[in-house]
Amino acid sequence: MAALEADSKRIGSQGADLDYALILDGLQAEREQGITIDIAYRYFSTDRRAFVMADGPGHEQYTRNMVTGASTADCAVIVVDASQGASIQTRRHCAVVALFGIRRIAVAVTKMDLVDFGEEPFRRVRDEVRAFASRLGVEDLTCIPVSGLRGDNVVARSERMPWYDGVTLMEYLESVESHNGDGDDGPARMWVQSVIRPEADPGFRGLAGTVIGGELRTGQPVVILPSGREGQIDRIVTFDGDLEMAAGGQAIAVTLEDDTDVSRGDLICVADDPAGVADQFEATIVWMSEEPLLPGRNYLMRIGTRTATATVAPLKYKLGIDTLEHVAATQLELNEIGVCDLELSTRIPFDPYRVSRDTGAFVLIDRMTLETVGAGMIRFALRRSDNVHWQAISVEKSSRAATKRQRPSIVWLTGLSGAGKSTIANLVERRLHRRGNHTYLLDGDNVRHGLNKDLGFTAADRVENIRRVGEVAKLMVDAGLIVICSFISPFRSERRSIRCLVEPDEFIEVFVDASLEVAERRDDKGLYGKARRGELVNFTGIDSPYERPEKPDVHLDTELLTPDECADRVIEALVEAGLIDA
Amino acid sequence: MTPTCNRCCAEALRSRVHLLADDEHRDGPAMLGARKRMHTISEPYGSELASRRALTHLQRLEAESINIIREAVAGAENPVMLYSIGKDSSAMLHLARKAFFPAKPPFPLMHIDTTWKFRDMYAFRDRIAAESGLELLVHSNQDALAKGISPFTHGSAIYTDAMKTEALRQALDQHRFDVAFGGARRDEERSRAKERVFSIRSARHGWDPKRQRPELWRLYNTLKRPGESLRVFPLSNWTELDVWLYIYSERIPIVPLYLARERPVVDRDGLLIMVDDDRLPLEPGEEPMRKRVRFRTLGCYPLSGAIESDADTLPGVIREVLLARHSERQGRVIDHDSGGSMERKKQEGYF
Repeated sequence: MAALEADSKRIGSQGADLDYALILDGLQAEREQGITIDIAYRYFSTDRRAFVMADGPGHEQYTRNMVTGASTADCAVIVVDASQGASIQTRRHCAVVALFGIRRIAVAVTKMDLVDFGEEPFRRVRDEVRAFASRLGVEDLTCIPVSGLRGDNVVARSERMPWYDGVTLMEYLESVESHNGDGDDGPARMWVQSVIRPEADPGFRGLAGTVIGGELRTGQPVVILPSGREGQIDRIVTFDGDLEMAAGGQAIAVTLEDDTDVSRGDLICVADDPAGVADQFEATIVWMSEEPLLPGRNYLMRIGTRTATATVAPLKYKLGIDTLEHVAATQLELNEIGVCDLELSTRIPFDPYRVSRDTGAFVLIDRMTLETVGAGMIRFALRRSDNVHWQAISVEKSSRAATKRQRPSIVWLTGLSGAGKSTIANLVERRLHRRGNHTYLLDGDNVRHGLNKDLGFTAADRVENIRRVGEVAKLMVDAGLIVICSFISPFRSERRSIRCLVEPDEFIEVFVDASLEVAERRDDKGLYGKARRGELVNFTGIDSPYERPEKPDVHLDTELLTPDECADRVIEALVEAGLIDA
Repeated sequence: MTPTCNRCCAEALRSRVHLLADDEHRDGPAMLGARKRMHTISEPYGSELASRRALTHLQRLEAESINIIREAVAGAENPVMLYSIGKDSSAMLHLARKAFFPAKPPFPLMHIDTTWKFRDMYAFRDRIAAESGLELLVHSNQDALAKGISPFTHGSAIYTDAMKTEALRQALDQHRFDVAFGGARRDEERSRAKERVFSIRSARHGWDPKRQRPELWRLYNTLKRPGESLRVFPLSNWTELDVWLYIYSERIPIVPLYLARERPVVDRDGLLIMVDDDRLPLEPGEEPMRKRVRFRTLGCYPLSGAIESDADTLPGVIREVLLARHSERQGRVIDHDSGGSMERKKQEGYF
């Protein structure tokens, strides 16, 4: 403390008392200007915990330093001057902290001595901060009135603020949960840092890295991304002996059972829950360079132990820093935060940032100066189909269908209630089944008992009903099946949108045509009767329209053809379209 | 004990229990305070064991350092580990051996030798180099030696600049090292509290606080332009106490000077300077006293102040660190030349 006392006399702003800020404001320039420019790391431990404190600057022009501290923090303490109230700075701090995924925030309302330790000024600040913090989605916020001058409510409870019965700052820090969801609960992964090949043991290939998330075990099946190669962990090697299991955070080396070709920058993932692989992302970026972030420009992107080249697409928007609201912008200046798309030179393994900091965070590096110019967080991959992890031997729709000697398709039967859709659909499925085809029948009534039982018969609900059926049918097509769908589906537009869900030649529209009179006469469920009596509303053909298909692939006139003949027509059409063998 | 723990955590815990038990019979009032703190801060090292997967504080620090060392080597063309023979260097070397196990660390050790180290330090250095199987490079500023620069003739500031800062620059240039590991910790000194883990230095080895790169998450930018180099500090987040606990639990060898023993010392401006050899000029009538002393940090013997101590075992040293109210660098003459002096030295290329 001797050094501090000497400095305090020279520069200190606290008269004869020690100026505690001098401990933190280490660099000469900072001490002379009385501001904190850089992040200072301090270490202390108390009865309960060991702490690393990253002291970040408050001034807006040092947001980059602040986010550096935020990137590794479990908990944030935001300092607000009681005599001045919540400032733009306070809002900015809350926003940055929320953006970086720090879930626990303490607000130290300081300089309570300047407001005579009054409850009213404290409440005012507290309510203000709470109001905008909740808009940012921060729920876990604790406000504490303190005075740093003599340590009121810092460690010991203050006698000068008897109205305050909450925790002191230190009590808060000692008890706050330190888990921060940075992948510690997630599926295990490990970025390969290097391949260890000892001279003494030329056959040994140890993949060195730090475990992310859950545990890795010997014998565990793993997949290496982005290659998609599969393997199994043979040994977990450490200086202190081999392990059966390594926990998240441990630095280890693993060997794989097959001598798989793995190198630095690869991500080892547990096989049952691998990361995604993609080359286009939407990301949030904090800009840290005097030179603005320019769309179209190339940067080096460092994620985990991997480096790729990233091109920045035009900025989507900037984040207004006090509320994180979207603001239109074309470029990002120093200390600004924005959202944009990135296009990479290669496919990389990733998780969204909210899932894991270690696989979702990246920095951008200027190719010329090699300075770190930006920090980013992956929100999601842009090509949806790529978001599913890529496999070396990818099983696709066509390969699934090939094993069944058929081409997947949707046979969509539309028509009035009572036209004979269900009857014909059943006959078609039976015929296909006999031929050895793999089918599934989706029927209006059945679907409404389960998947869509929350939907009624208004126009909106009918549209949603058909939309869901269409998505389910699409999944089944992807599984390689011939899906027979029997739905009134009265609107042209929705039938068209289902056609668009699959390839053009995978959708066969079958119009089961019967006039309203005939359908009403057949009325074996008694529905038309109810509708006519007003007991059913929105009934197609009665008080809700049916839009006839203009160019159905198969037109079945059920007043001329028997159900069996209709089914035959459908089968012929499928053969003709090349969907099944003749 | 969870199966995830490796030896260090088991022993750190055992050592703490041991330290407490050891002391049952010699509790003074000061010791009571130390015991309380030791008892209590054992929590971060121990209590999280209750949860299945959490690592202890020492395990986290160890893993972080190994990660840093591996990243630095992956980005280096010609790395070197600066080895100062002190406790931090000893811990750092141990971590390097862990980082590349079962291979040897892929770099040599380099000692910047002022020629004024304690004799015990030289003996220890040569022993460790032989045992580790790593190449040991020793560099001294020959020009300065020829000019007869010593801590007595030119004062500590000029001496340090010539024998440490300039010597280091010479050695890095001569061997064309692009990455140099150092054992500095952020808790040592104020301007070091803001040092990056990967500190970029100009072709002239200068440190520009404004050009230091932001370090987010665990992502270190290891790229550098031709001529530039990186100083890498794997122990950045360790405290003095962490280092001692680690040395104790990992059984890392250290120079015996860290442990109290009766040694010949003279009092110079309040610093106890050990008379390690006959190069120390005695004032007229000055008689070395024999005192029971040890060193918290080791540098050049004429510039390293000893402290009076009875701590002749590692547990004793750890107890003292727990009680300590002064920075460990308090005994270093060179840090006190004037306010901000470390920052100035760094700008000129000092570690």
